[in-house]
Amino acid sequence: MQTTLPAPTVESAPAMTRPITLTVNGTPYQLNLAPWTTLLDALREYANLTGTKKGCDHGQCGACTVLVNGKRINACLTLAVMHDDHEITTIEGLATDGALHPVQKAFIDHDAFQCGYCTPGQICSAVGMINEGQVRTVADVRELMSGNLCRCGAYPHIVDAICEVMQLDASK
Amino acid sequence: MHPFSYSRPTNVENAVQELAGPARAKFIAGGTNLLDLMKVNVEQPNQLIDINRLPLNTIDELDNGGLRLGALVTNADTAYHPLVEQRYPLLSQAILSAASAQLRNMATNGGNLFQRTRCYYFYDTAMPCNKRQSGHSDQSAGVGPAGCGALGGYNRIHAILGTEASDGTVHCIATHPSDMAVALTALDATIHITGPSGDRTLSIGNLHRLPGSEPQFDHTLRPDELVTAIELPPQGFSDHHIYLKLRDRSSYAFALVSVAVGLEMDGDVITDARLALGGVAHKPWRKPEAEQLLIGKTATKDHFQPVAEALLDGAVGYGHNTFKIDLAKRAILRALGLASQKSERAKEQKGE
Repeated sequence: MQTTLPAPTVESAPAMTRPITLTVNGTPYQLNLAPWTTLLDALREYANLTGTKKGCDHGQCGACTVLVNGKRINACLTLAVMHDDHEITTIEGLATDGALHPVQKAFIDHDAFQCGYCTPGQICSAVGMINEGQVRTVADVRELMSGNLCRCGAYPHIVDAICEVMQLDASK
Repeated sequence: MHPFSYSRPTNVENAVQELAGPARAKFIAGGTNLLDLMKVNVEQPNQLIDINRLPLNTIDELDNGGLRLGALVTNADTAYHPLVEQRYPLLSQAILSAASAQLRNMATNGGNLFQRTRCYYFYDTAMPCNKRQSGHSDQSAGVGPAGCGALGGYNRIHAILGTEASDGTVHCIATHPSDMAVALTALDATIHITGPSGDRTLSIGNLHRLPGSEPQFDHTLRPDELVTAIELPPQGFSDHHIYLKLRDRSSYAFALVSVAVGLEMDGDVITDARLALGGVAHKPWRKPEAEQLLIGKTATKDHFQPVAEALLDGAVGYGHNTFKIDLAKRAILRALGLASQKSERAKEQKGE
């Protein structure tokens, strides 16, 4: 699949872009975007927030997971223009005052990655999952994280990291 | 992606009017399937009408004891809604068996019903497909205007029931991918629709259709209509139900075969029964006459077997998917066995 990015300036395509404001990690970004710009492309190519990764670009891998109004979604399967008054949180927005988010710290402590490409999506997804409040068991963690693939196969350590934050016994 | 214009109406009337306009327009809600299809040029609308700001995002109790699910409530908010969990756990199970948590947070109830098949030949614009190329007249690959890549191709995920047109020809063996729709079929939900000529309702069983010789039509909605809500009748089968989904991996995969069962039991005797199958046809598969075979019977395998045979009557395999005929029969036996036992939630609520 090839995504055709629109020209990045208003001047080059005046009729097709529209001004929108994306609020990302508390900061408003005034952007002129063609309506077919996905939220993922808007974040990476226009807001220059490249922490959110493009994996499959079809909602199958979870690398592009971000939080919109606190809920985790695939940024590749939604249009930026649909979110111009929403609160978006990306991996860049999880740390506060230089202190890592507990899930970020747990991923480091448990060596929960190898190449690291899926990691921003895994961490945002885990934060979203914790917010949702539906996890009771380790099996729930595995099931509710199934939208995030890790081709390095770091799953056992990812589950360990999340269980530590959620105070679940990962051996059960 | 094909360029398109974008609009965001704030009331239902305007949204429907825009759809009826001259542009090749489509509604977008969650967008999880539509944008995916637009990226591979299977869908190429000239206009997207963003309906996310329409006031169709609530779940409301009805005076008759039923529940009305707004078309724009997300799949996640529906599955985890306390009233759905309590009264329609079959629906919660089906929704939560589908897609991923991220997708369920975006996908809406209305959009779920109108997602397109995941047939690989439908997705691949280099392959012939009667569903995708209804206007083409290239007779190069079998029956139908374009032909069907799946019929002579790799068809492990494809349909085994209801594939033949009235003249016996087969134009399309795609399956409907929704799990939610299978549970809604077993629950006998009603679909609320609005359009330029007013409101109407449709039984879920009449919303989707079999391919016949016009597989380009997935459903019976008119081009200028909008689904506003899904109504669940009072009977939710909360004591005896199961959504059994069989697939190639245990999470985040489409069903090879799924079975939604709801039973009413008086002791060991079945007093009412509903069954719907997913992954086997162009629409959720239900046969009320098969369900009647269970009424007044005890919940034993001897009584389940004729039901499985009746539901799969006329099934045809196309090679790679022939295993689904036996798989579906066994899944029905297992699902009926599981549903005849009282659900864990029902036991908890009754202090058992």
